[in-house]
Amino acid sequence: MVDLSQYLPILIFLVIALALSTAFVFLPMGVARLTGTHNPNADKLSEYECGFPAFEDPRSQFDVRFYLIAILFIVFDLEAAFLFPWAVSLDVTGWPGWITMMVFLGELAIGLAYAWKKGALDWE
Amino acid sequence: MTAFFQNLGMSYEWAWAIATICGILLIALPLMLGVAMIIYADRKIWAAMALRRGPNVVGPFGLLQSFADGLKVFLQETIVPSAANKGIFLIAPIVTFTVALLAWAVIPFNSGAVLADINVGLLYVLAISSLGVYGTVMAGWASNSKYPFFSAMRASAQMISYEVSIGFILICVVLWANSFNLNEIVLAQKGAGLGFVNGFWFNILLFPMWVMFLISGMAETGRAPFDLTEAESELVAGFQTEYSSMSFALYWLGEYANVLLMCALNATLFFGGWLPPFEIPFLYWVPGFVWLLLKILFFFFIFSWVKATVPRYRYDQLMRLGWKVFLPVSLGFVVLVSGWLMFTRYGA
Repeated sequence: MVDLSQYLPILIFLVIALALSTAFVFLPMGVARLTGTHNPNADKLSEYECGFPAFEDPRSQFDVRFYLIAILFIVFDLEAAFLFPWAVSLDVTGWPGWITMMVFLGELAIGLAYAWKKGALDWE
Repeated sequence: MTAFFQNLGMSYEWAWAIATICGILLIALPLMLGVAMIIYADRKIWAAMALRRGPNVVGPFGLLQSFADGLKVFLQETIVPSAANKGIFLIAPIVTFTVALLAWAVIPFNSGAVLADINVGLLYVLAISSLGVYGTVMAGWASNSKYPFFSAMRASAQMISYEVSIGFILICVVLWANSFNLNEIVLAQKGAGLGFVNGFWFNILLFPMWVMFLISGMAETGRAPFDLTEAESELVAGFQTEYSSMSFALYWLGEYANVLLMCALNATLFFGGWLPPFEIPFLYWVPGFVWLLLKILFFFFIFSWVKATVPRYRYDQLMRLGWKVFLPVSLGFVVLVSGWLMFTRYGA
């Protein structure tokens, strides 16, 4: 049984939390204008790179390993998504359900072993 | 609470709406107050372990230190760097803080004292904590500065790596409790250990999972020894480098709110939540939320303790621990726990 009415408080919470954090970000900006703290200049608004002007565009390139980690995360999060319904219905599905999931996990374990062997999990 | 407002002569809809808003404020405001006090407690514990005093000037015992800090950042100037993408730069702390507050909607504080008693509560917590990554990435990218960007990449990779093993650890708990509803998970722990210890930590199959969950929680929230995202010596101050004033403080508030959430999850999933530690009728005289609070504080002390004593990890070691140790071990425990349950509980 899905009781959707239980999600309404979460929606209201979302609205209140958003209002609260938006106020936290924008109120100080307004207050700073009133109190005269708001006093920007070109040097103050430049990016902070330990005192030097920036050498290059920060959005040039980054390591491909982050990309690999993200891909692996998608794969294993999907695996977890398949495990969730199985975990709560183990009493219903019994041994056939358990064995089926073990086969699925075994296949993913092969995938993990391959990624491991290939060095996708290394950070050297 | 709805019944209370109905007795005041309101229609059901209005009574419900007001009761819900009161409930939300009862979670959000004490949470923010708690975060302020927990930052103070963190500094005090840290100082005590270094044989120092910690903040002790502002207010009695320095109790007002966090509020003074809050007032200070509130009155500071918000600097938006000229190279930054202004919209995203300002939205990022909003996302972080909103998400940090929102996860508390499903934590049960007592029997029935939960804002949203949804039956996929644990899945909701996982989903919300995944959203936290967006706040980080947006902040790092929108700063348009090299080190915040690096830090955001690191932080997001670290968070998602440990989320994988957290997911499998949670599946072990769900297998044992046979429910995703956090209240039912708490109730399933009643007398779980030899009939009188409330909690799953006593269980030999789940105890290693709890240890891994505690460590993953530290990595997930970027606490020491896994605070590589803020490694001052390499990345200045992490993805918040370009932030100032209250938007900088929102990252701290969000981080500590997430740490408290991790402590609450430790308590709820493995240590019986709002149940007293032992199945003794006398202990039920203490209200449930007091037990939960005590457990949260206990876990927060562990977090502070670790921060004060353990040296920082290296990034490659962190990734190795996440992908080569925690992931295979938690996966193995899913097989072990489900197999054990098949043989003992559901078996034929």
